[in-house]
Amino acid sequence: MSEKPTLPDLALTFNHIALASFGGGLSAWSREVLVVEKKWMEDEEFLSAVTMCRILPGANQVNLAVFVGVKFRGIPGALAAVFGLTLVPVLIVLVMAYFYFQFHQVPAVAGILKGAAAAAVALTLSMVFKTGRKCLVGVIPVLLFLAIFLMNGIIRWPLLACLSLLAPLAVGWAWPREKKP
Amino acid sequence: MNVKTLVQIFLLFSSLSILSIGGGNTVLPEMHRKAVGGYHWLTDKQFADVFAISQAAPGPSILIVTMIGYKAAGIPGAILATVAMMIPAGVLVYLVSRVWEHAKNSPARKAVEKGFAPLTVGLILASAWIMSKAADHDWRAYLLTGVCTLIFSTTKINPLIIVAGAGLIGWLGWV
Repeated sequence: MSEKPTLPDLALTFNHIALASFGGGLSAWSREVLVVEKKWMEDEEFLSAVTMCRILPGANQVNLAVFVGVKFRGIPGALAAVFGLTLVPVLIVLVMAYFYFQFHQVPAVAGILKGAAAAAVALTLSMVFKTGRKCLVGVIPVLLFLAIFLMNGIIRWPLLACLSLLAPLAVGWAWPREKKP
Repeated sequence: MNVKTLVQIFLLFSSLSILSIGGGNTVLPEMHRKAVGGYHWLTDKQFADVFAISQAAPGPSILIVTMIGYKAAGIPGAILATVAMMIPAGVLVYLVSRVWEHAKNSPARKAVEKGFAPLTVGLILASAWIMSKAADHDWRAYLLTGVCTLIFSTTKINPLIIVAGAGLIGWLGWV
């Protein structure tokens, strides 16, 4: 990254992320834009920020916008990023709310959304492959990866239960050790 | 304008904001209990419908609160609900990220970044799994997902083109 993004950069980038994700897959779009396209952060920093934003209360994507905004531009940066992320979606939702409560029907977009949702799942899966290639090297990372997928995805344990079990193991494994001379 | 309703909106959503550990959707049951049962801002059916609409709209999924605020008190209610849902949690993230920036070269931050990476990738796979189940996909949608995954993983085509193409396929009724 050559120089810090400006406030309009932050707002426009998060607006781009929000609008691109109309079928879902906001996390994958965030990585696509923040890590791949803009190169504002490395994969490791991005991934740990994503999980931190999930642990803290609040909508994960709003939290990520605050995190990235603060990182580059402090509080004004956070406000710019959140504003960019939410302004156009709020307007769209308001229009939809108006139509729904006025005419009691949802605008006919179900088909488009079904197709877009299938692609959003695909983008999320390809994010798993791309980031997994770098960090799932060795037996322990792969076990951690499989364990949390089973607990959170299949058995549907709450996030905090999964993490209180696995996070100490993960951090203990990753703690930098002094190399013996 | 009904000031009492606006105060209720502000208090409800700012407290839900702080309670929503693990993401906005974790407080949906409590939101339903208060907005439908407590304040009668909308009916059961309307709550389910605005939930579906908010999931379909772009942007953060928490925008269901915008629609509830709109139904309860018009445009001011919508804006107030959205802001109230974001500020308390946002302040907390701000404080944590300041600490995080200070700890830039500490062994703890290095260990969390390295150790959380495999966990986050697992959680993202879990969310892809849950998204796919929630959308009630059949074999055609899975096929479309498979083809798109192959394209995303092996080519550099702008993902937006692929998502739009998949939307078109859905609009034509092929999935």
